[in-house]
Amino acid sequence: MSKKLHVQTTINGKETELLCEARQSLLEVLRDDLRLTGAKEGCNNGNCGACNLMLDGRLVNSCLVMAPEIDGRKIETIEGMASAQGLHPLQQKFLEHAALQCGICTPGFILAAKAMLAKNPTPSEGDVRHWHAGNLCRCTGYDKIIRAVLDAAPACAGKCS
Amino acid sequence: MKDIDYAAPKTLAEAVALLDGKGDRARVLAGGTDLIVQVREGRRDIDVMVDVKRIPDLTRLTVDANGLRIGAATPCCDIYEHPEVKKSYPGLVDAAFLIGGIQIQSRASLGGNLCNSSPAGDAIPALIALGAVCVIAGPKGERELPVESFCVSPGRNALARGELLAAIKISAPRTGSGAAYLRFIPRNEMDIAVVGVGVSVVLDAAKSKVVAARIGLGAVAPTPLLVKDAADALVGTTADDAAVENAASLAQAAAKPISDMRGDADYRKHLVAVLVKRTLAIALERARKS
Repeated sequence: MSKKLHVQTTINGKETELLCEARQSLLEVLRDDLRLTGAKEGCNNGNCGACNLMLDGRLVNSCLVMAPEIDGRKIETIEGMASAQGLHPLQQKFLEHAALQCGICTPGFILAAKAMLAKNPTPSEGDVRHWHAGNLCRCTGYDKIIRAVLDAAPACAGKCS
Repeated sequence: MKDIDYAAPKTLAEAVALLDGKGDRARVLAGGTDLIVQVREGRRDIDVMVDVKRIPDLTRLTVDANGLRIGAATPCCDIYEHPEVKKSYPGLVDAAFLIGGIQIQSRASLGGNLCNSSPAGDAIPALIALGAVCVIAGPKGERELPVESFCVSPGRNALARGELLAAIKISAPRTGSGAAYLRFIPRNEMDIAVVGVGVSVVLDAAKSKVVAARIGLGAVAPTPLLVKDAADALVGTTADDAAVENAASLAQAAAKPISDMRGDADYRKHLVAVLVKRTLAIALERARKS
């Protein structure tokens, strides 16, 4: 057993301390140790986006972040999106448009869409497709996802920063 | 992933000492978009990742009248979102904005792209066109190297034991300059260049004649190439059709591509001429509007 590294981080607004191994990815620590299983392991090499989350306000693949790197950093995951008032507008629109089938890619798409709408609140269809090039879905053919994101944009004004 | 150690030095000197002590058992961790995958998949055997992002200069980007200095671990997004960089270095923004998807651009750095030393690295031909200089820190102090001399063979570069790439410097564009980078891939995003071309030009005061030019090629040789002949052939011309055709065929002659799953050698040669013409057209248009 290798020695454990002490990491202090903020996850969905909550200060969190954890012990990790240097060889662990952020995704592994979230899923296996913290039981935050919203981020999914798809390709584990940065192609599919299923493990997307926000690291210090930037959309990243958590499979390509080493766990010790997050010391002192802020993390936002899909688990932090819904509030006591209910689902985030993006989550609601994904449901309304049936923009998912198996659901593995969904948390990544929703985080990616939130990151996009924070920068570009009125995207075109082309903007949405370009932004999500790093998110793969093998079920929907993307059309329903794109429609859900476009439909969510007005409702997200001020809620996606 | 196999058991490894993680170190996060806070100074360049500490990083150099670590890398010097461990030699090729250590590897710099910047954005991790190449390194983490290589170690996880067993394609690179190391004992320690040296995360250089806690060294302030390594992620700092500064622009002034002399030019641009990019800390080697600065992520692509910080480059293409920077208002001054967008305005004055569009040829660099072209490359930073097409390396991977948004998630990759949040982490991947130009320094990492150089140090991975792939013949197809998208940033490299763009940096060659811009005449970028590598600032290398090592046990004997700092040295500088033109970016076209950095890669020495696929996956290998000029860094010696204990050295790391600290920054990339680009001189401020001269009046009448324009630059661009284009690559060909079979889909719109998220792919490895079949061919990549970076071009920079400087026009005279009348915005008519070319007074200087540089052309960089990617994915057509064991390392990204500076094709001096092709660029020099443009100098003194108005970049008319004949001059452009001439430069494109000289670039084509300098390309020594291999055939692989992304394209055969003849196809890549064809693409070099097409992309040199297209990239040059964008660089010229930017120069005329500058």
